[in-house]
Amino acid sequence: MSRSLLNLMLALVACVFISFFGENFIASKFAYYYDILISIGVNIILATSLNLVNGYTGQFSLGHAGFMAIGAYASASWSNHLDPLIFGIVAGSGNPVVTNVAMFVSTLFAGIFAAIAGFAVGVPSLRLKGDYLAIVTLGFGEIIRVAILNLDFLGASRGLSVTGTYTNLFWTYGSVVLCIYVVVSLVHSTYGRGFLTVRDDEVAAEAMGINTTKYKVVAFVVASFFAGVAGALYAHFKAFVTPEGFNFFRSVDVVVIVILGGMGSTIGVVFAAVLLTILPEALRALAHTQFVPTAYQGLLENRLILYSLLLIILMLTRPQGLFGDGAAFKKWLGRSRAD
Amino acid sequence: MAKPTWMQVCLGVLTLLSLAPQNSHAEIKIGAVTCLTGALSTFGVSSIQGAKLAVEEINASGGTLGQPIQLIVEDNGSKAGETATITRKFISQDKVVVILGDLTSSATMEGAPLAQAAKIPLLTPSATNVAITKIGNYIFRSCFIDPFTGKIMAKFALDHLQAKRAIVMTDVKQDYSVGLTEAIEHFFNQNGARISNTFSYSSGDTDFRTQLTEVRNAHPDVVFLPGYYTEVGLILLQARQLGIKCPFVGGEGWDSPSLIQVAGKAAEGNYYTDHFSAADPEPRVQNFVQIYRAKYGAIPDALAALWYDGARLLAQAVQRAGSTDPAKIRDALAATRDFDGVTGRISIDENRNASKPGVILKIESGEPKMVQQITP
Amino acid sequence: MDKLIEVLQQLVNGVSLGSIYALIALGYTMVYGVLRFINFAHGDIYMLGAYSGFLLAPLFAQTFKFGEFDTFTPENTLFILCGAGLVMVLSMAICAGIGVLIERIAYRPLRERPRLNVLITAIGVSLFLQNMTQYRLGADPKAFPQLIPVHVVEGLGNLTILTSQLAIIIATVILLIILRFVVMRTKLGLAMRALSLNPTACSIMGVNNDIVISFTFALGSALAAAAGILVSMDSPSINPLMGNLPGIKAFVAAVLGGIGNIPGAALGGLIIGILETFVVAIGFPQWRDGIAFAVLIVILLFKPTGILGRVEREKV
Repeated sequence: MSRSLLNLMLALVACVFISFFGENFIASKFAYYYDILISIGVNIILATSLNLVNGYTGQFSLGHAGFMAIGAYASASWSNHLDPLIFGIVAGSGNPVVTNVAMFVSTLFAGIFAAIAGFAVGVPSLRLKGDYLAIVTLGFGEIIRVAILNLDFLGASRGLSVTGTYTNLFWTYGSVVLCIYVVVSLVHSTYGRGFLTVRDDEVAAEAMGINTTKYKVVAFVVASFFAGVAGALYAHFKAFVTPEGFNFFRSVDVVVIVILGGMGSTIGVVFAAVLLTILPEALRALAHTQFVPTAYQGLLENRLILYSLLLIILMLTRPQGLFGDGAAFKKWLGRSRAD
Repeated sequence: MAKPTWMQVCLGVLTLLSLAPQNSHAEIKIGAVTCLTGALSTFGVSSIQGAKLAVEEINASGGTLGQPIQLIVEDNGSKAGETATITRKFISQDKVVVILGDLTSSATMEGAPLAQAAKIPLLTPSATNVAITKIGNYIFRSCFIDPFTGKIMAKFALDHLQAKRAIVMTDVKQDYSVGLTEAIEHFFNQNGARISNTFSYSSGDTDFRTQLTEVRNAHPDVVFLPGYYTEVGLILLQARQLGIKCPFVGGEGWDSPSLIQVAGKAAEGNYYTDHFSAADPEPRVQNFVQIYRAKYGAIPDALAALWYDGARLLAQAVQRAGSTDPAKIRDALAATRDFDGVTGRISIDENRNASKPGVILKIESGEPKMVQQITP
Repeated sequence: MDKLIEVLQQLVNGVSLGSIYALIALGYTMVYGVLRFINFAHGDIYMLGAYSGFLLAPLFAQTFKFGEFDTFTPENTLFILCGAGLVMVLSMAICAGIGVLIERIAYRPLRERPRLNVLITAIGVSLFLQNMTQYRLGADPKAFPQLIPVHVVEGLGNLTILTSQLAIIIATVILLIILRFVVMRTKLGLAMRALSLNPTACSIMGVNNDIVISFTFALGSALAAAAGILVSMDSPSINPLMGNLPGIKAFVAAVLGGIGNIPGAALGGLIIGILETFVVAIGFPQWRDGIAFAVLIVILLFKPTGILGRVEREKV
C-alpha cells in the first residue's frame, strides 16, 4: 500500500472516529458551529474540485453550482422516492446501518449523475477557450437552474423537502478527504502532469502528443462528480433545496474561494474555503458586538459592505492568493512532498 | 515564521470578534431572521423595521414579564441554506425563547424543522405556504395561507367583477407567487368560468410587454397578478400603456407605497387582497402608521405591519405563558384568541394558522380604498 | 396580416430591449479589448447611472418641467429632449468618473497579475456598490421621475410603439455613431485600438497606456449610465440590484458578438434582446433566461470566438 493511500485510510478512520464519538455532542451542544463545520466541508469539496479545472488545468468554469444543483436534486429525489422502496420500513427506524447505506447510495448516485452531466457539458464546450468557456459553463449552470425552476415534480421555485438528514461529520469530511486525495493524487501522478501541461502551455503540450481535450474533460468530469457529492451533502444536511440556492452567485462564491486560495494550490484553497465560510459568520457576530458605535451599527448590519471591502483588500494585499503555490506552507509544515 | 503575517492577524481578530461579549443580561430573547441583503432585501428591511418598532414599544412600556425584550436580528442574505444556520445559532448560541421568521416560505421551510426538533416555538409573520405549519406543533403563522388568499381573489373576481375568462401572470422565481397561482386556479375554474391562460415572468425583469401583448390579444375579463410590488408596479404601468383595460387582481404582495409611486395613474382601478389598509380609520392602525412614519419616514407596507403584529403576538404569548419555558409559550401561542393586531383580529386555529379577516382594496385616486371585508 | 403585425410588434420590443443590452455590452467589450478581463462591476455602473438620474432629475425638475407634459407636441419636443438629454449627459459624466475611480483603486494595482485576480476585486466592487447604494438610499424600488412623456406613437395603426421605446432606439443609434467616431477618428480611439492589439508595442510608441485605459473605462461607464437612464425612462422602477441581470445578459451579448469587438457587442445585444422577446412571445416565458444561453452555446460551438470575433492565431 502506497504512502498516500495509507494517509487516505488513516484520515478516513479519523473521520469515522470523530463522527462516532463527537457527532452527537457537537450537533446537540454546538449546533451552530456544527452547521458551520458542515458548510466548510461542503465548500472545501466544491472549491478543491473546481480547483482541478480552474487551477491545475487552467480552464475557467463559472457553472459549478449547476452541477451541485444536479447532485442535490438527484440525491434528494433518490432519497424521497427510492429509499422507501429499497429500505422499506427500516429506513424510518433510524437504524444507523440503513441510514448510512442510504446516504452512501444517494451520494454516489448524485456524484455519478453530476459526472454524466459534466461529461455531456464538457465534451462539446471544452473546445472553447478562456472567457468563451466561462460564459458557456455559466450558461449551462443557468440552464440547469431554469430547468429545475420549470420542473414541477422537483418543486419548482417552492423548493423540495428532503427526507433523511443523513449528512454528518463522517460523510462530509470523509468526502473532503476523498476529494483532496483524488485531486492531489491525480495531479501528482505521472498521468496527471498532463493537467499542468495543459495549463502551462497548451500548444506545447499538444505538440508533445498530449491529448489536451481528454485531460480537460477528465478534469471537468471529476470536478462535476465532487460538485454532485457536495450537492448531496448539502441537500441531506439542510433538508430543503431551492433552485435559487444554486444560482450564478453560488458559482461565483466558489470561484472566489479558488482564486483567493491561489489557483492550483490545494492547501491554499482549503484554507480559503475555511476562511470565506467563517468570515460572513464572524461579521454576523461583529454586528452584535457592543464595541461598535451606534452610528456604524447600520453599516455592520449590512454584512456585505464589510465583506466586499475585505474581499478587495485581501486581493490587493495578497495578489498571489493566500498561500500562493503552497510552497511556503509546506515549508512551514517541515516536509516537502517527494513526487 | 518570523513575523506574524497579515493572515494570522486577520484570523486572530476574527477569533476575538466571535468571542467578543454579546449583551446577555437577563432579557427575553427573540430571534428574528429575515433577508436584509440580497435579492429580497426590500421585503426584509421593511419587515424588520416593523418588528423593531413593536419591540421598542413593548420595552418602553415595561417589557414582558417585567423584563425587556431583546430582538436578535439576523440576515439570511436572501441565500438558500442560511436560515438553517441562523436557526441553529438562535437555538444553541443565543438560547432564544422564540423565533420570529423567516420572511419567505422556502426560507421558513429550512428553519422550521430545526425549531420543531429543538422544541422552540417559531412564528412566521409572512410565509404563506400551507406546508409550513404542518411541520409540527411548535410552528405557527400569523398571516394568511395561499388557499385562503387565492380563494378570496377568485371569489371576488367571480362575484364582484363577474369575470368568466381570466389570465394569471405568475412570477416563477418566487415561491409565494407560484403557490398563490395554484390556489387561484383551483378556486376559479368553476361554473363555466375558467383561467384561459397563464403567463410567467421572473422577478428582476423590467420588460413585460411581450407577455402583455399576448394578454391584450386574449381579451380577458380579469388578470390575476399574484406577484410582489417590485414587478407589479411596472406590469400595471406597461399594461395600461398597451391599452389593456381590464382590472388586475393581486394579493398582499402588492402592498407597498412604491407600487403606486411607480405605476402612477396606471394603478387606478385595480384590486388586491390584504391584511390591513393603512388608510383604515381604526385608531390602532392609525396609531401604528403614525409612529412608523415618524420613525422611518415612510408609510408602512404589509410586511412591516405583519412583522409588527408578529413580534407583538409573540410578546403577548410570553406574557400569557407567565414564563420563558418554550413549551408554555407554545401553549400560550396556540391559545391565542382575538389578538388585537394592526392586521386584524388574529386567532390561532387548530392547524396553528392565523384566522383573521381580510380586506379587498381598490386603488382609487392614488390610494388603496377598502371595497370589501372578508371574514374567515 | 395580424400575424405580421404581431411579429413586427415583438421585433420592436426586442430591438428596444436589445439596445439596452448593446449599450451595456459595449462597456464589457471595450474593457476586455484593452485589459482582457471581465469587469463584473459593470452592471452596477448601469444601476448607478439610473440612480444618478434619479437624484439629478429633481434639481432640474422646475426648469425643464419634468412630468408636466402628457404628450409630445411639435412645440415642446425640443424642450423636453433638452431636459432629458441634460440629465442623461450629467449622469454619464458622473458614472464615467466613478468608472475611472474604480479602475484606479481596485484594478490598476493588479494589472501585472493574472487577470483572474482582478475578477475578485471586480466582484468585490460590485457587491460594495450594490450594498452601499442599498445602505444609503434604501432597498425598496424607487419610482424614477418622468423625464419624457410616455405614450403610444400615433399613426402606426395596430403597431404599439411607445415614445420611450423610440427614445431608447434613437438614443442608442446616436450613441453608437458617436462611439464609432471616437474610436475610429480620434487619437484616443486610435490609441485604444492599438492598445488592444499589443500593449507593449503601444507603450513603446509613446502612448500612455494608463490614460488610454482610464479613457476606456470612462467611455464604457458613460454608455452603461446612458443605458440605465434610458431603461428607467421606459420602466420607471429602480433598485440597487437592478444591474445584476442585465449585466449578465450583456456579458453574454458581448461574448456572443465576439468579445473585444465593438460592432460585435452591439450586434450581440440586439440578438439577445430579440431572441428573448421571441422566446416569450411564442409561449415559453419561463425559459427566457435559459434560451438565450442555449442559443449562445450553440453558436459558440460552431463559431468558437463569437459571431464577429477574430480567430487569434496562437504563436509558439
